[in-house]
Amino acid sequence: MTAKVTASDVERVAELAHLDLKPEETASMLGNLNAILDYVAELNELDTTGVVPLAQISELESASSASVSRADQVLPSLDRAIVMSQSPETDGAFFKVPKVIER
Amino acid sequence: MILPALFIHRGETGSGYGRQAAEERKARLSSEAKAPESYVETPKTLAQLRAEIAAGTTKATDLAASYYARIEKKNPRLNVYLSLTKERALAQAARVDAQAAKGDPLPPLAGIPVGIKDVLVMQGAPATAGSKILEGYRPPYDATPVAKLEAAGAVLLGKLNCDEFAMGSSNENSAYGPVRNPVDTERVPGGSSGGSAAAVAANMAVATLGSDTGGSIRQPASFCGVVGVLPTYGRVSRYGLIAFASSLDRVGPFAANVRDAATMLGVIAGHDPKDATSSPAPVPDYAAESDKPAAGLRIGVPAEYFAEGLDPEVRAAIEKGIAALKTVGCAVKPVSLPHTKYAIPTYYLVATAEASANLARFDGVRYGYRTPAPENLAAMYCHSRDDGFGAEVKRRILLGTYALSAGYYDAYYRKAQQVRRLLAEDFLRAFNEVDAIVTPTTPTAPFKLGEKTGDPLAMYLADIYTVTASLAGICGVTVPCGKTSAALPVGMQVLARHLNEGTAFRVARAVEAAKL
Repeated sequence: MTAKVTASDVERVAELAHLDLKPEETASMLGNLNAILDYVAELNELDTTGVVPLAQISELESASSASVSRADQVLPSLDRAIVMSQSPETDGAFFKVPKVIER
Repeated sequence: MILPALFIHRGETGSGYGRQAAEERKARLSSEAKAPESYVETPKTLAQLRAEIAAGTTKATDLAASYYARIEKKNPRLNVYLSLTKERALAQAARVDAQAAKGDPLPPLAGIPVGIKDVLVMQGAPATAGSKILEGYRPPYDATPVAKLEAAGAVLLGKLNCDEFAMGSSNENSAYGPVRNPVDTERVPGGSSGGSAAAVAANMAVATLGSDTGGSIRQPASFCGVVGVLPTYGRVSRYGLIAFASSLDRVGPFAANVRDAATMLGVIAGHDPKDATSSPAPVPDYAAESDKPAAGLRIGVPAEYFAEGLDPEVRAAIEKGIAALKTVGCAVKPVSLPHTKYAIPTYYLVATAEASANLARFDGVRYGYRTPAPENLAAMYCHSRDDGFGAEVKRRILLGTYALSAGYYDAYYRKAQQVRRLLAEDFLRAFNEVDAIVTPTTPTAPFKLGEKTGDPLAMYLADIYTVTASLAGICGVTVPCGKTSAALPVGMQVLARHLNEGTAFRVARAVEAAKL
């Protein structure tokens, strides 16, 4: 995990993240990411063979914050008119976005 | 919160801080000069206010009005509140007054003025998360902790400033300008819940809610000289919390004293069917727990938290706190948390990976900011996000996306999750021998606004004292523990095992009672 990130890596990652970075942003992010990745490479010192990854605290026995699913009941949800009122563009029933398919 | 120095690019943050600072500097040169101006004011205790309201000697409506007057006076300088919810607050205060007048039994927070970090939603009120991308958004519902406070009689004054999407350790990443520390307005209040901490320190609320992902409650509470609580992961519902890193995010209270913080936690804790990670464990009477003496408790002191990078004055203050615990009959012994040095890299990888997924929802479609006249759908997503997010948020999204991308997942994210287990096991092992662990909350006293942090090691250590408990899911309290020679606050962090908040409160009460 000591791979050096290149400008084209930053551009690829930005594309994956739907960020349209300006050229000066790409340059500064490149420096930042390499410095950070150098730093986190410290984890390589540790042999973690056989260690089970901990993704959620509920996996720890003492935590007892059980991830319990609730009963599958239909309950009222948010009022559509209120929700749609927050959209930048809507016809009241749907969210509107720029045309996706050209004919 | 939490960043090595390289994460923090203050010149890029938010709303023209540099210009604002320059103007203020000019104004200052002409007026004041010497002593740092202090906005510190201690609120009355919850118990006292509630008794006054019940007796009718204080009206909840008058109390709310007096808080709004104080906010109006102090906010222009401190920038603590981003928006006020007066109509809702005054209606609630009037309900409390009517109840009190009838002699009805009053709920635990009847008439108590509280503030809410702007990452928790309140129906119809602005919810910016300190970001331009949510400007204008009016959420259609209340977050569960907010609803619980109101059901307990609290008067919700407004929404509190914070670092953008809770990412930062100085509150300088807010798109709406930094908060100033009421103790010394040239200094940062800490972050990301800087507004929540400063509001209590300046008596612009009796208590507040914040959120903590890597230290965002504890570090600002320490910097502002107030009490902050990191509840056990799952203890408080996150329904209505704008998500940063879901396996780490917690909601918790700030108050001027330990007992009030315990009362606040008792109100907001508990299972919520709307948050699948919330714990079904019963909620104890935390205030009563905090009343129990600390005598007989076994206190662990981890050497790893007193290493190079700890300011000598902070160390001396914490050592006095530890001595006070011995005096009241605690058994103090060394403990070891051997993986501590790996906590920061682990935290960055886990938190940014999760943030990159959580922040994918901000796309200009359903709410918040959309770039004007996008040429197509892809451009709409990209430009809305690039315009709307600040530099720090973009940095974290990129790092997280990279750590999760094909070919790197095992080396970064999976590796970090493995080390996370080792860090959690360090604590579980230590808690076989002790009831609580005490550490400094931060390695230094609050630093200056815009200060270039020249010592990366000190910055790393700033993070290390708080991120470990975040990764392990355990609970903690930070309590004021003396001051530096420059009269800046020092905080002691008291950590306890999962769902043992009561123990942490008892220890914190003992430190508080020592009046260091």
